[in-house]
Amino acid sequence: MEKIFCRPESLYDVPTHYCPGCGHGIAHRLVAEIIDQLGIREKTIGIAPVGCAVIAYDYWKFDCSEAAHGRALAVATAIKRVRPQNIVFTYQGDGDLAAIGTNETIHAANRGENLTVVFINNAVYGMTGGQMAPTTLLGQKTSTTPSGRDRVKHGYPLKISEMLALLPGVNYIERVSLHNPQEVLKAKSAIRQAFENQINNMGFSLVEILSPCPTCWGLNPKESLDWIRDHMQKEFPLGRIK
Amino acid sequence: MLKKKILITGNEAIAEGALAAGCNFYAGYPITPQNELIAYMAKYMPETGGVFIQAESELAAINMVYGASAAGARVMTSSSSPGISLKQEGISYIAGAELPAVIVNIMRGGPGLGNIAPAQSDYFQATRGGGHGDYHMIVLGPACVQEAYDLAQTSFALADKYRIPVMILGDGFLGQMMEPILVNSKSPASSRQNEQKPWVLSGCKGRKPNIIKSFALAEGALEQLNLKLQQKYKVIKNKEIRFEGLFLDDAKIVLVAYGTMARIAKSALNRLRLEGKKIGMIRPISLWPFPQKAFCPRNKKAKYLVIEMSYGQMLEDVQLALNGKAGLEFLGRSGGGIPSEEEIINKVKEIL
Ligand SMILES: Cc1ncc(C[n+]2csc(CCOP(=O)(O)OP(=O)(O)O)c2C)c(N)n1
Repeated sequence: MEKIFCRPESLYDVPTHYCPGCGHGIAHRLVAEIIDQLGIREKTIGIAPVGCAVIAYDYWKFDCSEAAHGRALAVATAIKRVRPQNIVFTYQGDGDLAAIGTNETIHAANRGENLTVVFINNAVYGMTGGQMAPTTLLGQKTSTTPSGRDRVKHGYPLKISEMLALLPGVNYIERVSLHNPQEVLKAKSAIRQAFENQINNMGFSLVEILSPCPTCWGLNPKESLDWIRDHMQKEFPLGRIK
Repeated sequence: MLKKKILITGNEAIAEGALAAGCNFYAGYPITPQNELIAYMAKYMPETGGVFIQAESELAAINMVYGASAAGARVMTSSSSPGISLKQEGISYIAGAELPAVIVNIMRGGPGLGNIAPAQSDYFQATRGGGHGDYHMIVLGPACVQEAYDLAQTSFALADKYRIPVMILGDGFLGQMMEPILVNSKSPASSRQNEQKPWVLSGCKGRKPNIIKSFALAEGALEQLNLKLQQKYKVIKNKEIRFEGLFLDDAKIVLVAYGTMARIAKSALNRLRLEGKKIGMIRPISLWPFPQKAFCPRNKKAKYLVIEMSYGQMLEDVQLALNGKAGLEFLGRSGGGIPSEEEIINKVKEIL
């Protein structure tokens, strides 16, 4: 009998620590599937962030480095410059990539580093218990915006992908979502594109993934998917940005 | 090896020494008084086939150095006091992940933006770890341009040997002063490619995946990591002490100074010796590990005079080394003030 579905080789056979309904597990799997499909597992170096995905290297079966909170793209820049033959990618949350690490993000993109970025936008700081992230929606309640994000006090949701698209060094940016199976498939092909670009030396590629965080949103897993569809998507429209 | 004589600043000598030691990755951010170093690297690193990056900040620079070291390069970054403060989180990660790296601090006056005059007021920060957590760096304090060049090479050897960050702690004088030195030829970056570092991230072909990290969440895991680090620090404390001792046999007063301050102290010592005064000197070269064992002179009644371009930081290490067994005096200025030969001589005569 032909086996048509199995665990990717790039993923260890272990349960993850993620909460029920969290998007990180799906995103990890998509990355692993693409790395398998492209046959690059043995030359891939992943950078795990500080955030809920801090121990991503316990799930991915290839070389990985930790990076200090926000500094993944500095670490990745150096690894890729030292080892241009390897495939180097970062996996970062919105706090990591668009708040504490904004500087590293903008400058790695602006230098046009030949890297792949998997950017998980869950509109909160998950690991520290659901504080406001740069991507938190207006009106969204978090532990540090107890009466909802207010544009006067907290500013607007940061559209870092649109900002990065302005930079000439950036080759490819696409925003995708995990809120239903069709969108998951689109997310997978965007991730594939972002890795293929690196293989073809095409420069900086980033995939922003709208990803559910039921625990910090105070919703159940199904409601969280609906919340992406009904609210998050409006602020962060899906599709190719660059 | 072929040696040639060149006239060069301390900053450039450190860069030149690094290149001779096979440094093949440098990332830095401009700050006075170390700008000659980053410019030298920008100019000469490409010649050896290595990577030079002007980073967007000191945070980026130290994390680039972390990444390049994880990928197996021989790495260096340099800065001056405020920039070194910014690098502290990254240095702590480097220590925790046990990565070799060389970090240069050409100290200037602080606190805050301070000024760009030479100073030695980052001694505590350098020798106590500086960032968070129970860690140490090896800290070396060169006193002349030739020694800056030589210690740059030593630093790379020590960083690799112990998988530890090594700091070269100089001051603005040393960095910007020119002196003639003897140098070896630069090593091409490729000569280091095949070094045996089995922990390096290079892709997991033919082996289990490697992970570079400092995170240790499982119960007891971080304590184990710390015990391992402490064990390493113990070995280093035994084996890597460096100092220069002068006239310790008959000295009644022993001057204690490092770096540029030690050169001024040495001039004062020479003048006092000409007057027949029994003065000796200890010049710590390794500031961590501190050369405690230097502090046991033949003359049990010797008194010590610590001289610093700070208000007494190395002083505390000398206090610990003496443990109350000898008289101790201090002379220090900071914020751009430098104890002069005359001030040292007057202080010595006051004590005698
Ligand atoms: C320098 C520093 N500041 C703060 C923290 C605490 N911290 C850990 S993760 C995190 C936020 C993570 O949020 P995000 O990047 O959005 O990822 P998520 O956990 O939501 O996946 C913070 C603030 C830290 N570890 N280091």
